[in-house]
Amino acid sequence: MENEQDQAVGHLYEARKSIFPRSVKGRFRDLKWGILAFAYGVYFLLPWLRWERDTGRDQAVLFDLVGRKFYLFDLTVYPQDIFWLAGLLMLAAYLLFFVTGIAGRVFCGYFCFQTLWTDVFVLVERLVQGERPARIRLSKQKWDAEKIFKIGTTHLLWMLVAFFTGLSFVLYWGDAPQLIGDFFTLQAPFAAYATALFLTATTYVMAGHAREQVCTYMCPYSRFQSAMFDSDSLIVSYDAKRGEGDKGRARAGRNLKTRETRTEAGVGDCIDCGYCVQVCPTGIDIRNGLQIQCISCALCIDACDTIMDSLEWPRGLVAYTSERQVSEGKRARLLRPKVLGYFAVLMVIVTALVWSVSHQQKFDMTISQVRQPLFVTLSDGRIQNSYEIKMNNKTGANLMLAFSLDGLPGAELDMGKFQAIILAPEQRLRLTARVRSHPDLLVGGSHSFVFRATPIKRDDLQEFMQNAVFTTP
Amino acid sequence: MSDNNTQQQGNAVQTTGHAWDGDLQEFNNPLPRWWIWTFYATIIFSLGYWIIYPTWPYANTFTKGVGNTITFQNDAGEEVTTHWNTRSLLIKDMQTGEEATKQKAYLEKVNAASYEEILSDPDMMAFANSMAKVVFADNCAACHGPGGDLPEQAFGLYPNIADDAWLWGGTTAEIEQTITHGRNGYMPAFGKNLDDEKLEQLANYVLGISGHSVETDKAAAGEKIFQGQEGGCYYCHGADGTGLKSQGAANLTDAVWTVANVPGAVKEEDKVAAVKRVIKNGVSRQMPLWKSRLGEEQIKLLTLYVHELGGGK
Repeated sequence: MENEQDQAVGHLYEARKSIFPRSVKGRFRDLKWGILAFAYGVYFLLPWLRWERDTGRDQAVLFDLVGRKFYLFDLTVYPQDIFWLAGLLMLAAYLLFFVTGIAGRVFCGYFCFQTLWTDVFVLVERLVQGERPARIRLSKQKWDAEKIFKIGTTHLLWMLVAFFTGLSFVLYWGDAPQLIGDFFTLQAPFAAYATALFLTATTYVMAGHAREQVCTYMCPYSRFQSAMFDSDSLIVSYDAKRGEGDKGRARAGRNLKTRETRTEAGVGDCIDCGYCVQVCPTGIDIRNGLQIQCISCALCIDACDTIMDSLEWPRGLVAYTSERQVSEGKRARLLRPKVLGYFAVLMVIVTALVWSVSHQQKFDMTISQVRQPLFVTLSDGRIQNSYEIKMNNKTGANLMLAFSLDGLPGAELDMGKFQAIILAPEQRLRLTARVRSHPDLLVGGSHSFVFRATPIKRDDLQEFMQNAVFTTP
Repeated sequence: MSDNNTQQQGNAVQTTGHAWDGDLQEFNNPLPRWWIWTFYATIIFSLGYWIIYPTWPYANTFTKGVGNTITFQNDAGEEVTTHWNTRSLLIKDMQTGEEATKQKAYLEKVNAASYEEILSDPDMMAFANSMAKVVFADNCAACHGPGGDLPEQAFGLYPNIADDAWLWGGTTAEIEQTITHGRNGYMPAFGKNLDDEKLEQLANYVLGISGHSVETDKAAAGEKIFQGQEGGCYYCHGADGTGLKSQGAANLTDAVWTVANVPGAVKEEDKVAAVKRVIKNGVSRQMPLWKSRLGEEQIKLLTLYVHELGGGK
């Protein structure tokens, strides 16, 4: 009994089994390198792109936290526009559901930064230490000078990549040329160092050490993507019928070198070379079927295609397919209620977001009635309500405004000396307005009226109107 | 999917080694080992935390943290260095933080400007309003109400300062004077000198001059008392009843009632009764002087805020 206990406890935690992915050439690998190059190009170079603007900063993409404005090319995002972020997140979520429903985990395999950075880290590993067998050998080797040098160089280069990743991220949040100078002369804000250090550390750990464990154990998306699959979703799969034949797979030994002889012998087309297993970044064997670890990176397809090409057999022993194709032999259906539903929601969100962004107000004005007291009686018998007006000039030029009222009988507007004001570009302001009217003209309760701000000498702008309520006893 | 995995790989699933009822076993899917390393790392982190930050209570004190101090200025302006604690961090932040620095710059600007300049500058005015709102809530709202007026039940206890009737004047200079030095609002009680009938007549007259319908013969008799030596009301309220700022005497001809709850009365006789009560019992309202409690700059901000409440003069 005691022995059993010990054994049980000993197995509660499992060390990571090192994976040494072999490199592979092929169309999916080329596509993935292309996407990687593009993504890296955008990520590392974008902060350096300058952009002409009427006002504000001249960096194309800048998240100016201190100035509370985000600059995205010709778009300036103000704190009031933060709901766009909600729209964007919903868009991203539904795009993920939609794409996963049709094409499976393409995000994981091609676009996820964990996959991209791991690819680069594995590339560094290969360039320094050599191909898979050399790396396996090195890992078993004693800690001699060669091993220390090679492993040390690998980790150093990893840290460099990680550092530039962290540094580039920081550059989005400040003026890049200025910030990078400040960074290396130790004058940058503490947050810049903390963020850069944090991202350096996480990149190094996640892409260098944790790798496929991020996908298997940590990532929530990989888990719920698995739940979005159905039998029509695109998956990477091994054609077991063709590969195994009647008697299973067999190496291309004597009398088993051609398809004909193999068919006679009853074995399938899989020559059990293991190439598909060796290239897998998550260390699984695709021939065991669909597995939770599979990120649909398609490198096993490239590997098997390479082998099939060299044997001059047809490709497709490992290929993109669907469960329906595998089990029923029918083509996957594309127009399914789920897919159409996601598409409809996606279109609604895209339309709403595009409309909202393209109709961004050049001038914000909100009016809230002072609620304590709701009204006061004045010495001449009239009723006075007070309002707090908040406004923000986003036009990029001086904005002269005159305020007036509409739709309230006998109303008088008193804004002290600010009945007409000039707002500087980007200026936010809070004013108090007092509205007076005679109770005889307004019978009981609440009365809606329109508060108007008329731009002066600006033909490009329309009048701004806000509804407000006047309360009488 | 995990089922597929284990079945198709063909290797036996690891179990915990227990067996119940002969063949009932428990699968063991071990956690990755870094998981438990992370757990140990948090323990090590907490050890570091205990050393650096104030943590453990002992006897009547606590561990102060090693090599982690904070320096700030105390109220007397002396530099104080103490062990790191959030209270000192707050004090320091209120002195040198980004927002505190901005606030200081604004305060200096407002201090240097005249009332006229501030009232013409929307930016300074917005600052004064938001800053003074807090000072008002802390010091003034207890009597005047958070918005400058009192609820129905407390009518007349203290003046409404959200309307445009200024007992002691509504210019910035007059408001500043009021806040700085306080006010004594006093009207003698006439209950000893005037009998009920005369009070009734006087009340009718007072209601009449502010446009209420009254009994004309009583009002005519009341006018004689008001303007004559018997009542002598005109001393303070003026012959035309429009009041006297230097005495804080109310304007009786306008629609605002500061003591008698005429607006709350429904029937005519209730209005008369309300006015009668005030004449009979007099008024005695004090506003304390605030210069001993508030600084000059706070009084200045408050002046602007109060001026804005009702519209000012």
